[in-house]
Amino acid sequence: MITNKNDSNLNNNGNTHNLNINEFIKDEKFFNDSYTIFICGVGGQGIIKTSVIIGDAAIAEGYNVVMSEIHGMSQRGGVVSTELKIGNFKSSIIEESQADMILGFEPVEVVRSLNKGNTDTKIVFNTNPIIPPNINSQKNSYPDIGRVVKTLKDNYPYVYNIDGDKLAQEAGSIMTLNMVLLGAATGENSFPLSKESIISSMKDNLKENFHEMNLKAIEKGFGSVKSQL
Amino acid sequence: MELKKLVTANAGEKLFLLGNESAVRGAIEAGVSVAATYPGTPSSEIGSILYLLAKDANMYFEFSVNEKVAMEVAATAATSGIRSFTFMKHVGLNVASDSFMTTAYTGVNGGMVILTADDPSMFSSQNEQDNRHYGRLAKMPILEPSNPQEIKDMMIYAFDFSEKFKIPVIIRTTTRVSHMRGIVEIGEIRKLDNNAFNNEIIVNNTSYINDKDSHWKKGYFNKNPSQYIPVPANSAVMHKDLVLKLEEIKKVVNSSDFNIIYSKTPNNSNNSNNSINSLKLGVISSGSAFNYVWDVVNGYDLDLDILKLGFTYPFPEELILDFVKDLDGVFIVEEVDPIMEKELLAVLGKNSINIPVFGKLNNVFPLIYEFTPDIIHTSFKNVFDSINNANCDNNLNLFEIADEFSNKSLYICYDGVNEACDEIASDEIIDLMDSLPNRPPTLCAGCGHRSAYFAVKKAGEELGIDEKDMIFASDIGCYTLGVSPPYETADYLLAMGSSVGDGGGFSKATNQVVLSFIGDSTFFHSGIAPLINGVHNKDNFVLTILDNRTTAMTGGQPNPGLPVDGMGSVAPEISIEKIATAAGCEFVKTVNPLNLKKTVELYKEAIEYDGVAVIIAKHPCTLIKGQVKRKPMEVDYEKCSNCLDCINLLACPAISLIDGKVVIDYFACKGCTTCTQMCKERAIKVKRD
Ligand SMILES: Cc1ncc(C[n+]2csc(CCOP(=O)(O)OP(=O)(O)O)c2C)c(N)n1
Ligand code: SF4
Ligand code: SF4
Repeated sequence: MITNKNDSNLNNNGNTHNLNINEFIKDEKFFNDSYTIFICGVGGQGIIKTSVIIGDAAIAEGYNVVMSEIHGMSQRGGVVSTELKIGNFKSSIIEESQADMILGFEPVEVVRSLNKGNTDTKIVFNTNPIIPPNINSQKNSYPDIGRVVKTLKDNYPYVYNIDGDKLAQEAGSIMTLNMVLLGAATGENSFPLSKESIISSMKDNLKENFHEMNLKAIEKGFGSVKSQL
Repeated sequence: MELKKLVTANAGEKLFLLGNESAVRGAIEAGVSVAATYPGTPSSEIGSILYLLAKDANMYFEFSVNEKVAMEVAATAATSGIRSFTFMKHVGLNVASDSFMTTAYTGVNGGMVILTADDPSMFSSQNEQDNRHYGRLAKMPILEPSNPQEIKDMMIYAFDFSEKFKIPVIIRTTTRVSHMRGIVEIGEIRKLDNNAFNNEIIVNNTSYINDKDSHWKKGYFNKNPSQYIPVPANSAVMHKDLVLKLEEIKKVVNSSDFNIIYSKTPNNSNNSNNSINSLKLGVISSGSAFNYVWDVVNGYDLDLDILKLGFTYPFPEELILDFVKDLDGVFIVEEVDPIMEKELLAVLGKNSINIPVFGKLNNVFPLIYEFTPDIIHTSFKNVFDSINNANCDNNLNLFEIADEFSNKSLYICYDGVNEACDEIASDEIIDLMDSLPNRPPTLCAGCGHRSAYFAVKKAGEELGIDEKDMIFASDIGCYTLGVSPPYETADYLLAMGSSVGDGGGFSKATNQVVLSFIGDSTFFHSGIAPLINGVHNKDNFVLTILDNRTTAMTGGQPNPGLPVDGMGSVAPEISIEKIATAAGCEFVKTVNPLNLKKTVELYKEAIEYDGVAVIIAKHPCTLIKGQVKRKPMEVDYEKCSNCLDCINLLACPAISLIDGKVVIDYFACKGCTTCTQMCKERAIKVKRD
C-alpha cells in the first residue's frame, strides 16, 4: 500500500516525468496499514454519505480514520470532494500525489483530481458526465468521454471505468449510484476493508427499506471492478 | 448514523463524527441549557442539528436574528447561572463584537462558550480574518481544537473553566476542523441538579429547574449593577478585575492538559536526507496546522520535538520557555496570521533567549490561506536543506539561515501544487487537465432569484438605461451568485446587510440607477436599520428583498419571516411588508418573480419612483421540502429559432445545448416557466406526458 513514485512502471509515451521535487524520505513503518482515498464528484451525488460508510467500516475493522469534507456550495451544483485517510494520520488532507485510490463520481472531476494520484493510484470512476450548466459560456468544452477513458487508461495502469448510471438503474434506481461506486471501490484488490464490513456499515447508515436495492447496487459495482481486474 | 445518536449514545461508544456534530455532543454532555446562533458556514451544521435535537437534549435553542442577538441571549443565560453556548462563523463575531467585548467585563455565572469558526482559504466566506485577534482584543481565553474529539473535550473543559473564572471562553475552529470527521469517544452527560452551579438559583424555595412550561433548565438573575452595568465608574473597576483574572488564567495555561509536548526520537537515523546535523530544533503549533506538522514529522521521521498548543491564549510563557530551553531554533506553525509567532518572539526577547524562529514573518511559511501537509513538508524541507547546505552546526550559523529566509521575497502563498502534479503526470494528462471546463456553483433550476434578475435587467433595457449606469448593490446569500454571467447583477458588496446602506450611499454619491438586492434572512439580520436610514435621509434606490422563505445559502434554516422557531415549534411570522411600511417606505410591493411580465413592469415603476422603493420578490427556494412538483418544460423544435436566448440569458442548469439544439432536462426542470415566458418564439411549453 505504500507507493514508490520513483518506480514509474508506466512510460507509455516516453514522457512520464520523474519525480524530483525536494522530498524527505518516507518512514515506511508509519505508512504501514494505511490507505487514503480521494472521493470527488458533484453536489447531490451522495459522496459524503459514501465516505462516511467507508469511514464507519474502517472503524469497525479497528482502524483509525480521519476525513475531510468540503461542501461549501455543494447544493448549487459545485464540486464536492472528501478525503479519507485510514491509518496513523492526524491530518485529513491527502498529500499531493499520495492517494491510494481516487473514487470518482463524475469523469471530469476525476481528471481534475489527478494531482492527488500517481501511477500506483487505483482510479475507480463513473463514466457518466454531469455537464456544467454554464458550459456554453466557457472557454473549454466538456471533453469527449471516450477520450477521457482512453487517456486515463493509457497513462495509469489501474483504471476501472464503471457505467454507474446504468448499473444503478439496474439495481433499482439512479439514487443508488453512490452504492454502485462504493461496491466498485470495495472490489479493487488493494481496498483494505472487507465487503462484509462495507455492507454492514451501509445498513447502519441508510434507511432499511432501501437496504435491498443498495445491496444490489454494491454487488453490481463490486462485480464490475472484479471483471476488470 | 442517525443524528439522534448525538443524544442517545452511551458513554464509551465511539462514533465517526463531524467536528460540528462533536460540538453538539459537547454541548449536550456539558449540560448546556441555552444555545443561540445565526447560521454561517463552517459552523452551520451545529445549528441545523440543534434545530432537530434541542428538545430531546433539554436545551433551548434559537436561530437569533443575527449574531449580536445570539451573543446577548447566551450572555444573559450565563449571567443567570445556566450554561450557554453561542457559535458563529468568523465574520459573525464582527456583528456580535460590540456585546461580545463587554461580556468579558461583566463576566458570567454559568459557563459560557463562544465557538468561532474561521475559514482559512475562504471556502465559503468573504474574508479570511483570524479571530484569535478577538480573544486578545477582549482579553478572553482561547482554546484551539485540532480534531472532532478535541472539540468535544475542549467544550466540556471550557464550560467548567468559564464557571470557575467567571469569564466566557472562546473555542476557535477552522473549516478543516469543523468539517473534519474523526473518531469521537462519547462521554457522560452532565447531570443537572438544583445546586449544580450555585445556590442562588433557588429563590424563595422555588426551584427553577424544568418548570412546567419549558423543557430546559432555567436560572435566576441576581441584580448587581456594579457588575452588570458598564457605566464608566463601573467599567473602570471591571477592566481592572479582568486584567487580574487574566493573570490568574496565565498560571493555568502553562500546565493545561491541552498543551502537550511530543518528543521525537528518530527511529531511523540512516535517513540521511531527513536529518539536520547535530542541531536540535522544535516546532510549536496549534489547530489544524498541528495535524500537518505531526503527520510530516512522523511520516518522514524528522528529528523535531513538537509542542502542541490547545490552550493558546493567554500565551503559555513558562511552558514555552521550558520547551525552547534546549533548542537551537524553533518553527512556529499556525493558521492564519502570525499571532503566536509575535508572542513567541516577545517571550524570547523578554527572556533574552537567543534562538531563531522560523515562521511566517521570515518567509518560511506562507502568509495566507490554509496549510496542507505539502506546505509544511516543503517548508521544513527548505530549512533542512539550507542547514545541510551550509553545514550549519551551531546556533550562530542558524541565525544566518534565518536571515537567508528573511531576505527572500515575501512568501504570500504556496503554489507548489501544480509543480508537484507536473512532475508526476504525463504531458497528455497535463493537457487534459488544462482543458477541463470549470464547475462553478449556480442558481438552481427554478430559483426565483434568477427570474428577478432577468426581470430587473429587462426593465432597465426597456427604460433604455445603459447597464453600466445601473449599480447593483448586492448582499450575501445564494443571490450573490448573480455576480457571474449572464446575470452580472452584483457590483458592490461589503458584508451582510450592506446592500441597503450601500444603496443609500450610491444614491447620494452618484446619479446612477441604484438597485439593491438582499435576501429575507439577511434583511432581518441587518437590513432593517439601514432601510430606516435610507427613508429618513431621502435616498433614492430600489431595494429588492428576495423572500425565498428560508436561509438557503447556509442549508435552509428558518428565519423570523417564517412561522417556525429554532426548535421547530410554531412561532409568530414577521411580515417584511409591514416592516418596510413601518420604516416609512411609501412604495412597498410584493410580487412573485416567476410572473415575468408583472415583475418587469413593477421594476420599471420602481426605478422611476423617487425615493426608496421596496419590492418583495416572494417565491420559495426550490430546496424547501414538501412543495408541489410542477410539470417540466420541453422545446417545440418547430418553433424554436435557435436564438439561444434561453441559454445565454437564463443559464438555468436544466437547459443545455446538445448537438446544437436546446434541450431541457425534464428531470432537473422545476417547471418555473421563466424560460417559457421569456422565449420570443413561444417555443417552450409544458412537457406532454
Ligand atoms: C455576518 C455573517 N453571518 C453569516 C454569514 C453566512 N451567510 C452567508 S449567506 C447567509 C444567509 C443567506 O440567507 P438569505 O439572505 O435569506 O439568502 P438566500 O441564501 O436564502 O438566497 C448567511 C447566513 C455571513 N456571510 N456573514
Ligand atoms: S438553494 Fe434555493 S435560493 Fe439558493 S439557488 Fe437554489 S433555489 Fe435559489
Ligand atoms: S428549464 Fe425553464 S421552466 Fe425549467 S427550471 Fe429552467 S427556467 Fe424553469
